[in-house]
Amino acid sequence: MPDWGTCLGSELQFRVVGGLSTGSIYALIALGYTLVYGVLQLINFAHSEVFMSGILAGMLFLNVFAGGDQTVAPFLFVVAFLPTMAAAAGVAVALERVAYRPLRRRGASRLAYLISAIGASFFMSNLVLLWRGREFENFPRSIDPAPLFNIGRVPIQTADIVVLIVMVIMMVGLDRFVQRTRTGKGIRAVAQDVETAGLMGVDINRMVTITFVIGGMLAGAAGLLYGLKFGVMRFDIGFLPGIKAFTAAVLGGIGNIRGAMLGGMTLGLMESIGAGCFGNAWKDVIAFVLLVGVLMFRPTGILGEGVGQKA
Amino acid sequence: MTPLALGPWPRVGLVFGGFAVAIWLLAMLERRIGEPVRRFYDSNERWAFPSSFMLFIVGGAAVVPAFSDKVQIELAFIVGVFALLSLGLNVVVGFAGLLDLGYVAFFAIGAYTMGVLSNAGPIQIPWDLSMWQVLPAAVAITLLAGFLLGAPTLRLRGDYLAIVTLGFGEIVRIVAQNLEPVTRGSKGIIGIPPPKVPFEGTPFAVDNPTPFYLTTFAFLLIMILVIRRLNHSRVGRYWAAIREDEVAAEAMGVPTLKYKLWAFAIGASTSGFAGVIYASRVGFISPESFQLITSITILAMVVLGGLGSIAGALVGAAIIQMVPEVLRSLPAQVQDARYLIFGAILVAMMIFRPQGVIPSRRRAAELKGEVMEAGVTAMPGEAPPADVIREPISGEEGT
Repeated sequence: MPDWGTCLGSELQFRVVGGLSTGSIYALIALGYTLVYGVLQLINFAHSEVFMSGILAGMLFLNVFAGGDQTVAPFLFVVAFLPTMAAAAGVAVALERVAYRPLRRRGASRLAYLISAIGASFFMSNLVLLWRGREFENFPRSIDPAPLFNIGRVPIQTADIVVLIVMVIMMVGLDRFVQRTRTGKGIRAVAQDVETAGLMGVDINRMVTITFVIGGMLAGAAGLLYGLKFGVMRFDIGFLPGIKAFTAAVLGGIGNIRGAMLGGMTLGLMESIGAGCFGNAWKDVIAFVLLVGVLMFRPTGILGEGVGQKA
Repeated sequence: MTPLALGPWPRVGLVFGGFAVAIWLLAMLERRIGEPVRRFYDSNERWAFPSSFMLFIVGGAAVVPAFSDKVQIELAFIVGVFALLSLGLNVVVGFAGLLDLGYVAFFAIGAYTMGVLSNAGPIQIPWDLSMWQVLPAAVAITLLAGFLLGAPTLRLRGDYLAIVTLGFGEIVRIVAQNLEPVTRGSKGIIGIPPPKVPFEGTPFAVDNPTPFYLTTFAFLLIMILVIRRLNHSRVGRYWAAIREDEVAAEAMGVPTLKYKLWAFAIGASTSGFAGVIYASRVGFISPESFQLITSITILAMVVLGGLGSIAGALVGAAIIQMVPEVLRSLPAQVQDARYLIFGAILVAMMIFRPQGVIPSRRRAAELKGEVMEAGVTAMPGEAPPADVIREPISGEEGT
């Protein structure tokens, strides 16, 4: 029986900090799911592998500069955002070209997309398995793990702050981009009605590619932050964060950008607090139970707009 | 001495004889099968060859033990188990068009039911149950699990089902890992007993895979029959209607939720069934045996063979299980690339040959129509139709 007094009392503040920073990473990945869903009405199953490729790219880049003690200067970490996001965006676009576009051209059924997506995901993670092997690899450390300051009794690490800041910057940037720019307008048009958008002269293929680029960039950034926070990399590391980020996207209302952020934070918090109450071994079950619960009672999510229902 | 420890030729005779008797019994008991069999050879020339061919395959599979060493029979047994699994998944994915990515979860539930109810686990139950008694219990339990998981999620669009089942597969594995009082956690359950027989000198011995193979094979034949009949009944046509256009099916009065649920539960119970046989042969189960990778492997079997095709599901299972064995002489690097290849198969099949190696006739006709009328027949909620309409307008990347 969980000790409610401890996990909801004295421990709660520690859990909240951890939950918010993990939740930020979920939110960044969730955006990729939500964006692609908005435009193509399909779940990009291979997005977790785009995220994984972000971690891998970040690790490879930082390894070049890392000394024997596996550390790099903090400014290199900032520089690393560029190649990491570029690499992940490249992977996302390649994925769209190879696994989705031929099907789109044929007008294939939804099932074909899902199978193709899961196949692509499996292919990518096993490619990395062949290349990097089965062992966990260390992600180079760039920021001192010592706490930066305390809020009450809770030590706040620099990594947590960095994660939060990056997440907010990305989120605001994305929101502005989608709401204010001409390309953003095009994406919204395609999401609303693909036929009409096409008739109005919107280049559908270009919009889809741009959507995958943005989703890939966000996943790349999330990968780098994940590496910073957890410090490990392996071929299958994308799976759980991927499925949880999807849960976050559904929780917030899939297809809704602000919903993805809200869902990510909510999920991060619930998971962190739940792990405290039920033990770490059950941590991963919490997200799945939450997913089934949301789908049962409110499939459109917290901010959803009625897109969750069938067909 | 086991009953099957005869010389090779008497064994062939025995198996073929038993096979012939089984067919004859089937034809006698089930007139609706007996009649067509007679008619095939009398009047329908188009069917004479394929049905003889099938008979040859079935007969050949039945006599495998007579010609093979133990390792090969063991492999044939595993192929049989996976053929059951891919047959069951084919009902869910191929017939009803629902993507189940946590299919191995039901396999695990079946296997753990066997492990726990046969008193091999840490919990002791007051009865001494053999595999034959656990089998119906496990089928009932997995059927129920299928209903419980399907009821909330099948109301939603297919994508959600895919990801929820993916999550469910993980939940079952994590529960098996953590629920130590029942499953003994990651140490697994050891010493699951083989099936009991009511006479002395049981043939179900550890060093004799043949009876296990033949049992699995018999179950497989029964399942093929059941699923074939289902597919060619009203239920099968409902499934096809749901798969092709759920809204239209609903409008035509098909109780879509009910039949989706049935497809899902039938697939689940087939998987549980296979789990029981597997557990009672291998004797040891642990959460490690039931990973996502197995679900994807089974999916690759179904997709490679041909969605909605029973023969395809069997051939897919045989190819995917046996190719790695054949490639055993190749370097380890190629061995490791196995799952990479499965992933590539899924993508490539969807792009180049969505109907699979052995397409189902009904499905092939539909897929053909799909290509011809792309962009016109797009269904509501379908991913955007072919770029046929749009490309000229966007002015870029003409097809």
